[in-house]
Amino acid sequence: MNQRAAVLSLISPAYLWLTLTILLPLSAMLYYSFLSDVPIGNREVSWTLENYGTFFEKAFYSELMLRSFKLGAEVTAFCLLLGFPCALALSKSIGGRTKEALFLLIILPFWSNALVRIFSWTMVLRGNGILEYSINWLLPGTGPLGLMFTYPAILLGLVHSYLPYMILTCYISIDAIDNQLLEAARSMGAGKLTILFRLIVPLALPGIVAGSVLIFIPVIGSFMEPRLLGGRNGTFIGTIIEDQFTAVFNWPLGAALSFIMMGLVLLVLLGFSPIVRRFK
Amino acid sequence: MNFRVLLKFVCFQWLIVLILGSSVISAAEIRVLNWQGYGTDEAWALEMFKARTSIEVVHDYFNSEQEMLTKLRTNPGVYDVVLINSAYTGQAAEEGLIEAIETTGMANVGDLSPSMRNDPKLVTDGKTYGVAWVWGVTSFAVDTGDFQQTPDSIEALWDPKNAGRVGWRDDAVEAVQLAAVALGQDINNPSDMNAIRQKLRALKPQIRTFWSSEDEWNQFFSANEFDLATYWSGSASRSKNTFGLPVEFVLPQEGAIGWLDGLSIPTNAPNRNEAKAFINFMIDPDFYVKWDTEVGAPTSANAKAVSMLPADAFNRTALSDSKKVAKVQFMGPMENALREEIVELWQETKAYFQN
Repeated sequence: MNQRAAVLSLISPAYLWLTLTILLPLSAMLYYSFLSDVPIGNREVSWTLENYGTFFEKAFYSELMLRSFKLGAEVTAFCLLLGFPCALALSKSIGGRTKEALFLLIILPFWSNALVRIFSWTMVLRGNGILEYSINWLLPGTGPLGLMFTYPAILLGLVHSYLPYMILTCYISIDAIDNQLLEAARSMGAGKLTILFRLIVPLALPGIVAGSVLIFIPVIGSFMEPRLLGGRNGTFIGTIIEDQFTAVFNWPLGAALSFIMMGLVLLVLLGFSPIVRRFK
Repeated sequence: MNFRVLLKFVCFQWLIVLILGSSVISAAEIRVLNWQGYGTDEAWALEMFKARTSIEVVHDYFNSEQEMLTKLRTNPGVYDVVLINSAYTGQAAEEGLIEAIETTGMANVGDLSPSMRNDPKLVTDGKTYGVAWVWGVTSFAVDTGDFQQTPDSIEALWDPKNAGRVGWRDDAVEAVQLAAVALGQDINNPSDMNAIRQKLRALKPQIRTFWSSEDEWNQFFSANEFDLATYWSGSASRSKNTFGLPVEFVLPQEGAIGWLDGLSIPTNAPNRNEAKAFINFMIDPDFYVKWDTEVGAPTSANAKAVSMLPADAFNRTALSDSKKVAKVQFMGPMENALREEIVELWQETKAYFQN
């Protein structure tokens, strides 16, 4: 009984904090999503389900939602493909000073503002920008790359922004794998690929899952990167939601779209949880 | 010796009194809400205004009319002066976001063209909710380096020769109204939304990117991201004069979107009198002539100010050509239902634009 009181008193500040910073704003948005108009000034507002209905009435909302999920999946996949080998090398092949220096390089981009990072990408990618100029200098006659304002440009910017999450979470779980385990496998004749896929990947799965979740969720709602790098191709559900809040002042619809997105994200995560559990 | 120390001490005290005193005197500070780089925030103008009235001016910006209305709704009692496109002045007044302005004592109001000063969009029941400031048109501008001959039709935006070279403002109302101009429809009450939908969809191969602010327009133009783009007449002359860009604004034969911008005072503005002094300064010929000749501006609502411009100024020549101006359709107030339809149409079109 005493122990329970101790646990409660230790946990309660964290829960109080969560209630204040997450639950309250979120419930305010939930409240908005059922209103017919923004309750500011002398407007008449009433309860309605219309905002949720709009999503199902107009096909383009779900098309854009699908497009955002596709973007989330692709960015996560690229981050995994690039980040996992990087984390493996950092943990098992590199040591000492080099490791520290490499870690610094990975974390360094985090010290700059996300907006600044994306703006620098626009300078690199745009017509006659840094990338096009250097490639044409090295290989004259390559001509324009036409990367700016395309889907690949958005992918590039997002993968660059979110890669450190994947490297760091994978590194932590790979580093926890006992080297003797790998030596034992090797001594019993397991090949490199067998060790990778039967030992390291399953044992590093918590890190992979954590990294994927950390990347997948924010990328689905991203709006700044698609706007700046995507041009005409930069419309996603995130930019549509942003439009509702800043450009057209339809907070109820923006809130409803956000909650639909949140519900779908939860469904995707639930769908993946049995796979994760089986590996454990 | 002691006397000199005392003297120093007294001087030092006086210095502190002066510094504190001056900060109290210059404490009058007004907050202006406007588009960025749109006249009210010119550094030289604010210096000129401060020299005349010792009032400091600080700014906050918006990128769309709806954002401006949102800022007024969510920050009551914060702003002293706000720029409102006259198509929205009635709505803002109806919502109680702005208050009627007592214009007696504002010396320059008398010089405004009567038709603009008394425009029914700005004046309701004899009460002035917005002081007419400048007017201009929205159509498009071209890069003179890419166009030997300046096009005279709005169809240039749809011309396959310009595929992938068009910049377009990401704004639902402006997009739909430009399509309405191209189709010869009434911009304030389009008769055939389906035709407009098709016209906008036809832009898919044309548009390279969207822009949202004048600053962004200039950046994209300098980086050669587009050869022609929708634009505002005043901004085009700024891009030409201040930034030295090879920009030519086009007043198409089909007409264009006209707008009249007014300056208003938000309800319960903390510094009402200072705000009135600022608005009066903004319609002063001294400010306008310098703004238009050295920076670039739309056409002033102050007839006296326009007549003081050099004889070859764009705002005296191109826009005083009555034949061309006759085709300009002025933006009027819009019913909420129509606005919502337009917003949804534009978002659906943007979804259609995705590869």
